[in-house]
Amino acid sequence: MITVDRLTKNYGGYRALDDVSFACRPGAVTGFLGPNGAGKSTTMRVIAGLTPATSGTALVSGVDYHDIPNPGTQIGVLLDASAQHAGRTGREILVLSALTMGLPSSRVDEMLELVSLTRSESKRRVKNYSLGMRQRLGIANALLGDPKILVLDEPANGLDPAGIHWMRGLLRDYANRGGTVLLSSHLLHEIEVIADEIIVIGNGRIVAEGTKAELLRTAGTFVKAGDASALANALTAAGITTTPSGDAGLRTQADPATVGRAAAAAGVALVELRPAEGAGLEEMFLQLTAETQREAVPTEGVTS
Amino acid sequence: MTAPAPVTIDTTRPGVPMSRLVKVELRKMFNTRSGFWLMMSIAILATIATVVVILVLALADDPGVTYASFAAAIGTPMAVLLPVIAILAVTSEWSQRTGLITFTLVPHRGQLIAAKAIAAVIVAVGSMILAMAIGAVGNVVGTLIVGSDMVWDFGVKDFLLILLANTLGLLIGFMLGVLIRNSAAAIVAYFVYSLVLPGLFGLLASISDWFSDVQPWVDFNDAQTPLFDGGPSGEQWAQLGTSGIIWFVIPLAVGIWAVLRSEVK
Repeated sequence: MITVDRLTKNYGGYRALDDVSFACRPGAVTGFLGPNGAGKSTTMRVIAGLTPATSGTALVSGVDYHDIPNPGTQIGVLLDASAQHAGRTGREILVLSALTMGLPSSRVDEMLELVSLTRSESKRRVKNYSLGMRQRLGIANALLGDPKILVLDEPANGLDPAGIHWMRGLLRDYANRGGTVLLSSHLLHEIEVIADEIIVIGNGRIVAEGTKAELLRTAGTFVKAGDASALANALTAAGITTTPSGDAGLRTQADPATVGRAAAAAGVALVELRPAEGAGLEEMFLQLTAETQREAVPTEGVTS
Repeated sequence: MTAPAPVTIDTTRPGVPMSRLVKVELRKMFNTRSGFWLMMSIAILATIATVVVILVLALADDPGVTYASFAAAIGTPMAVLLPVIAILAVTSEWSQRTGLITFTLVPHRGQLIAAKAIAAVIVAVGSMILAMAIGAVGNVVGTLIVGSDMVWDFGVKDFLLILLANTLGLLIGFMLGVLIRNSAAAIVAYFVYSLVLPGLFGLLASISDWFSDVQPWVDFNDAQTPLFDGGPSGEQWAQLGTSGIIWFVIPLAVGIWAVLRSEVK
């Protein structure tokens, strides 16, 4: 259980986290989704006691991170898989952590096997590792002390699709055994694949949270006609508010049956008519991303 | 699926003992390629210095070469290497960003800094003993080759004094590492500290009578000189103390304060 309560972090005049509150429950994989620079890593560093908060708290099962004895055996943390001494071998990095936690070296071999790093790979220096291998090593390091809680920052970054699939299985098992997982990603797709619950953060604020089913639930209707302006006029005439979505399509909060009747009454031939599944989350995320882009990108189809 | 049992944190579990932290910090100094060769270079340079002294002994047939010559020749590279080892032991956590794991596994940074200091002193003592042993072998071999008298004029007290001097040098490196937390900058700072600062003090003393009187009490480098030269007098120990507070204790305290408060990224 991780409880973040009204967390705020200022850097000079810049507010990186603004009144962030959420909780991660045991038995679920909680996905922390947001564009780069949204505050995901800062939140996780506060949880792990590396960054002092300006105000608010982040507690692990009600305990401040600094008060957890031998924390590696109770909460596994991976904050940046690339933050490793390039001149150390992968195995040696795990041995250092195992020694610190007071674990036998057999545990190192078990973890290497779990993350599918071969014996010869583990003896290579980390500077020769691909990002995917570093992620596997980082996950092995987080799991080394057999913790009941995991905090993973961008663990799927650099993994190939098979690797992401593997991680889903690993974390699914872990959560099913009662573990708590908080993992972050800047890619909606990764979060959709791996997480059960989703927290969306943008510009330091929580903008949405809920189960995956809730957030991906049907949100209105997507409709498209050969003659887009005729369709827009017909729907407006019927009192249905629409917003442009994708290539010449329209999105509306009205249900598909209402939209279909309005189009038929006006004699507009439709090309597509369907529930706008998941579009709500995707468009919200797109807008968040667009706001942090350096160049202005067209946010066509974004509802505000 | 049944509702999972609530995950709780065991706050009664034993923490990480200092002995384990020291062991890990010692291992970290050896288990990278650069760290390993830095350590090896102590033995290598001590051997080279010894061979050079033997060559001088053989070529010049200089009866003045004694164990103290070996000790002095070996001491010079040690005075440069040990501080660098101590600097890297601290700064690599930031420069290589390993601190993200280290400070997560041990959230009490004061303990970690203490463990690093203990490990660095262990390395200093160990490498000085090794270097002096190499020098002793050199003295035996050298005098046997040349056929001169074997002179053991470097006693336990001399060894302890030079050990203290080199440990102080290492701790200065450690302090700069803690204060600056960047490998390159801290190493540069060390050489400014040990090479540029004495010149500045000398210059100041030559143009100001007042400073010339004060200098022994505030010049840490100057105050260390008697350690290499038979041992300080009572007053010189006091001068080592006052200058040490200014140039070592205070900056170290500031550095530790900053480490405890800083953000690890």
